[in-house]
Amino acid sequence: MAANVEQLLETAARLRRETGDDLHGRITEAIYTDAGEIADRAVSRDETTPGGIHLDQFFDRVLTSRLWGFPLMVLMLMVVFWLTIAGANVPSAMLAQLLQGTVYDALHNAAQAVGAPWWLSGFLIDGVYLATAWVISVMLPPMAIFFPLFTLLEDLGYLPRVAFNLDRLFKRSGAHGKQSLTMMMGYGCNAAGVVSTRIIDSPRERLIAIITNNFSICNGRWPTLILIGTIFIGATAPPMLASFIAASSVVAVAILGIIFTLLVSAFLSRTWLKGEASSFSLELPPYRPPRIWQTIYTSIIDRTLIVLKRAVIMAAPAGAVVWLISNVYVGGDSVANHLIQWLDPVGLALGLNGVILLAYVVAIPANEIVVPTILMLTLNAAKSSLAQTGVMIELEDDAQIYQVLTQMGGWTFLTGMNLMLFSLLHNPCSTTIMTIWQETRSVKWTTVASLLPIGIGVVVCLLTATVARLLF
Amino acid sequence: MSVYVETATAAKECGACPSTSCNTAHLTRLGIKMDDWDYVVALAGNPNTGKSTLFNAWTGLRQHVGNWNGKTVTRAEGALRYNDRKFKLVDLPGTYSLLSMSVHEEVARDFVLFGRPDVTVVVVDANRLERGLHLVLQTLEITDRVVVCLNLIDEARRNNLKIDERALARDLGVPVVPTAVRHGEGLPELLRVVDEMAQGRYPTRPHRLNYRDAALEAAVAQLAGQLEGMFPGLPNARWVALRLLENDESIIRAVREGTLGDLQRPDAFPELMQLEAR
Repeated sequence: MAANVEQLLETAARLRRETGDDLHGRITEAIYTDAGEIADRAVSRDETTPGGIHLDQFFDRVLTSRLWGFPLMVLMLMVVFWLTIAGANVPSAMLAQLLQGTVYDALHNAAQAVGAPWWLSGFLIDGVYLATAWVISVMLPPMAIFFPLFTLLEDLGYLPRVAFNLDRLFKRSGAHGKQSLTMMMGYGCNAAGVVSTRIIDSPRERLIAIITNNFSICNGRWPTLILIGTIFIGATAPPMLASFIAASSVVAVAILGIIFTLLVSAFLSRTWLKGEASSFSLELPPYRPPRIWQTIYTSIIDRTLIVLKRAVIMAAPAGAVVWLISNVYVGGDSVANHLIQWLDPVGLALGLNGVILLAYVVAIPANEIVVPTILMLTLNAAKSSLAQTGVMIELEDDAQIYQVLTQMGGWTFLTGMNLMLFSLLHNPCSTTIMTIWQETRSVKWTTVASLLPIGIGVVVCLLTATVARLLF
Repeated sequence: MSVYVETATAAKECGACPSTSCNTAHLTRLGIKMDDWDYVVALAGNPNTGKSTLFNAWTGLRQHVGNWNGKTVTRAEGALRYNDRKFKLVDLPGTYSLLSMSVHEEVARDFVLFGRPDVTVVVVDANRLERGLHLVLQTLEITDRVVVCLNLIDEARRNNLKIDERALARDLGVPVVPTAVRHGEGLPELLRVVDEMAQGRYPTRPHRLNYRDAALEAAVAQLAGQLEGMFPGLPNARWVALRLLENDESIIRAVREGTLGDLQRPDAFPELMQLEAR
């Protein structure tokens, strides 16, 4: 057998020499010729009526043109966020009234009726329940509007056009053109975005794509941006323009994310990850009429509810932690207040505050819970300083959230703006960090991918805070 | 387990009609329940032709489907039952060829070659037929149990393309089923053909590539003859002969280690195990 095999391989080697080189090319040619002949026999074009192909080409020419590509992208995002912000207001307020008003009161009454001790009802209702309720009322309405709209853009075939527009910028920054696709995946979830970088074959370019994926705003961060953009940026404009200005601020942060993706990619490919960009041709899929109802259904079931579930699962223990650190006293003050006071100098220097920094520590497992954590910490801190126990302020709409944050938390326009910037530029969530480690198996690159964004965030926030202080 | 919800009504309405079009009534989607199976069906095809949509339609799973190229990075598996036979369905990453130039192509090629699916469904975009045929022709070199799913036929109609699927089936020597998977069009027919082929009841005469080069044809014929002598029953001797002529290292190793003989045992291939681990 073995002799036979070697004989066969020798024959193969001899025949290889005899048949000449470029066998690969000749096989490819045979495939192309045969495929061409078969296709020609099978396909005929009905030229009597004008087809949709010309319309497709027209759309492509406009949507990916150098002149109109980016303005149209901004416009499209503006429309999506405007619809989200304008549409989420009323249902958000209704949900908050129900969950933080009616149900919250009913729970406390019930606890009183059964004579539950203050610490138990506090822990369960003011801690676990309230955090969960906030997550739902703050996140559910914008997600239920935003995700279907975004999925529709994807189904239509618009997102690949955005990727196409960005492709040349990525090449110029020394990264792989496919990074524009992995970036688009990151807009859903950074962990999924990191996994999707497997489509990039070159390890160097893949690392760049992994490290910069965090600059794509994920599901967990969109609601934070939308809420803060609405109450701090939008509210400064006259009511007629409020939604428009709020949408602009969210779009601006998203575009800033793209700019940072490109800048960091360019920096990495000129320093630690030096090399040429691989050539690659991005293909534009055809436009497909989306099945609207199915898209709405699946994006609500698959995306909205999954993200919400994750947020609720994370919010419940976070609420418990927040309640505990707010109600366990050491040396005359709560643990939370000690931490907040300790973090305050750094936070204020960054145009943020100690509460926000603490919230970002609590929210490392999930970005979804940043806003509820901030609200609970702010309220608890205010509560203890006012020596009010057991009394909760009901946050029934965005205006009341604004009042709590400004009056009790001492927030300003700068705090809101820097929170939006920090939401874009901070460490990835723990799931993403784990995924990065699984994909790279490198402690070094996982550390870089985790710390680089927050480093940039600190610098950027420090800059805006300093400039703001000099100007105002 | 998610059961096809229309089963009851479909059976009622279609009681009278002949067996072909209503066979979806016998489809049970089994999701990822794959304890055992009678047949393995691989889904291959160019990127963004609807493989994952087909996969989801048949398994009841909800693998993310996007209007993207290269979305499925590794392979996904699911199961379905049809007429009391269990099928394991493997959704391969989208590729333009099986020449193993990239990880995607390698995963797809190794599965068709070493995983030895009972049927390989090649999903082809009817609007880009020629490009899809590149993959079909290469798949036919590896296995003759191929069903061509001529998908997006609705888009082709909108683009005023007429495709003579009977001429196509004649030229390729394997069945061609026009479908619009997104709208469920042609799915029962496709499943029926896949089922028949899995049971070996569908004779095929696969198209062989014409290299238009006498010396090359002679070399392939000679090597293929020797291979068939050494590994009786090898289904793709011509293809293996070509790889040997191309000096394909993994195939040479397979021949040398004698593992080419039992290709149906994927665990005989360390590379494939690595692929699974990836």
